[in-house]
Amino acid sequence: MIVSIEKCMHCGACVGSCPQNAIFLNEIVLEFNENCNKCGRCVRICPAGAIEMEGKK
Amino acid sequence: MKTDYDVIVVGAGPAGSMTAKHAAKKGAKVLMIEKRQEIGASLRCAEGVNKKGLAKAGVPVDKRWVSADIAGAKLVSPGGHVFRIDESQAGAEVGLVLERHLFDKAMAADAARAGAEIWLKTAAVDVIKEGDKVVGVKAKREGEPMKLTAGCVVAADGFESQVARWAGIDTSLKAGDITTCYQYRMTNLKTEPDYCEFIIGSVAPGGYIWVFPKGDDTANVGIGVLASKLKRPGDVKMYLDSWIKKDPRLSCGQPLEALAGGVSVSPPVERSIMNGLILVGDSARIIDPITGGGIANGLLAGKFAGEVLGDCVQANDFSERSLMPYDKLWRDAMENRLWRNWMAKEKFLTLSDETLDGVIDTLSTANVDKMSVHNILIAIKERHPELVKEFEELI
Ligand SMILES: Cc1cc2nc3c(=O)[nH]c(=O)nc-3n(C[C@H](O)[C@H](O)[C@H](O)COP(=O)(O)OP(=O)(O)OC[C@H]3O[C@@H](n4cnc5c(N)ncnc54)[C@H](O)[C@@H]3O)c2cc1C
Ligand code: SF4
Ligand code: SF4
Repeated sequence: MIVSIEKCMHCGACVGSCPQNAIFLNEIVLEFNENCNKCGRCVRICPAGAIEMEGKK
Repeated sequence: MKTDYDVIVVGAGPAGSMTAKHAAKKGAKVLMIEKRQEIGASLRCAEGVNKKGLAKAGVPVDKRWVSADIAGAKLVSPGGHVFRIDESQAGAEVGLVLERHLFDKAMAADAARAGAEIWLKTAAVDVIKEGDKVVGVKAKREGEPMKLTAGCVVAADGFESQVARWAGIDTSLKAGDITTCYQYRMTNLKTEPDYCEFIIGSVAPGGYIWVFPKGDDTANVGIGVLASKLKRPGDVKMYLDSWIKKDPRLSCGQPLEALAGGVSVSPPVERSIMNGLILVGDSARIIDPITGGGIANGLLAGKFAGEVLGDCVQANDFSERSLMPYDKLWRDAMENRLWRNWMAKEKFLTLSDETLDGVIDTLSTANVDKMSVHNILIAIKERHPELVKEFEELI
């Protein structure tokens, strides 16, 4: 997963919505762990449109 | 450095601070950790709360954290019908708009005065378990890893709700039970300075647009849209921006702050406790599924949790059995209401703009003097019983 640091508002909406609990918001930095199964929910949920799936545009 | 406590609270929001305060008041050694550098910032809230909710949680109103007193509410249908609730006759139960960054600090200060320790820039990154019992958290304090142990860990980490999930309580949500939000603090508006406004229908699919006054010509103007209704990334902001452009009272305004956030609009969690762990506030998914309001519920649950933890410290027993009174207290206080409002949310989701216009139109003749979901549901039950028949026994 790729996060745009210009767009991200550090709101945690993606963190609480991730079914795999695979995202951690470290104050302002998002970290994704290996539990991510690329379901894409965080991409849709992000109010700022800040997350992209790798290899997709 | 001390690393062993009776109670470790993860997250210094309203729910965490209330838990810390009430546990410390009863003599518990409490540490509250907060991953951000400032309690109450950055904001993720529209800041509306009613005085009754504060009173129930035993929080006296302090002018220093009140931004605006509310005279009433307006529910606006897609076609522009308005259902107006005038609260001037409603006595002490009326609404307030808070200054959350001050409110959250005031709640944390109360916890500190009761004896709780507070660490900032300290993130829990996992829980530590022995068998089926939570015995502490792995944390990073300004980046430095450490282990913190406690009789009981309190998951007060808000919507993110990671602590519970690390421990094995599944608080994950379906897309139909998540609302994603975007909000501007706007100024130079022409909206009413003491009315909270809720605009419903397809302008905010599965949610609503709100205008909560912040004094003078300033207000929180925001939107929540149900995640299951979103098509493209960033849609939620697009819905809000297009409404602002269309509403001449808003389009003359300018933003002072932008924020985003997630809100659960689900039934409450099945499990709120396990050996050595207790869930409070948003992390326990006890937000009102109709309004998205969670401040008052979080404060009350925090108070219950702190008091029960105080008793557990005295008995030196943090087993699930010993934490059970907490589970019962919050369920007795709010579980029926949360279920009712969740069912109402599921029903209202299915209504077309035309139906909503009709409902608001007939409601506009109803005489409701307190803006609560319950009062509105009673008025709907009188006029449109078919809309609430699946859950009428809960109204
Ligand atoms: C846009 C928006 C508008 C809202 N409007 C309203 C409203 O008008 N009225 C209302 O009543 N409610 C509203 N809510 C909901 C309300 O904000 C929450 O219900 C309330 O803040 C819940 O309090 P809490 O203490 O449970 O969690 P929070 O206030 O979210 O506090 C959780 C804290 O835990 C910290 N934390 C998280 N993870 C960790 C970790 N791993 N380690 C350390 N710290 C951690 C966070 O940084 C945060 O400070 C709104 C929410 C949103 C997103
Ligand atoms: S939901 Fe979007 S804006 Fe919010 S923290 Fe995640 S990536 Fe950032
Ligand atoms: S793609 Fe799915 S699993 Fe991966 S981080 Fe996003 S929500 Fe979680």
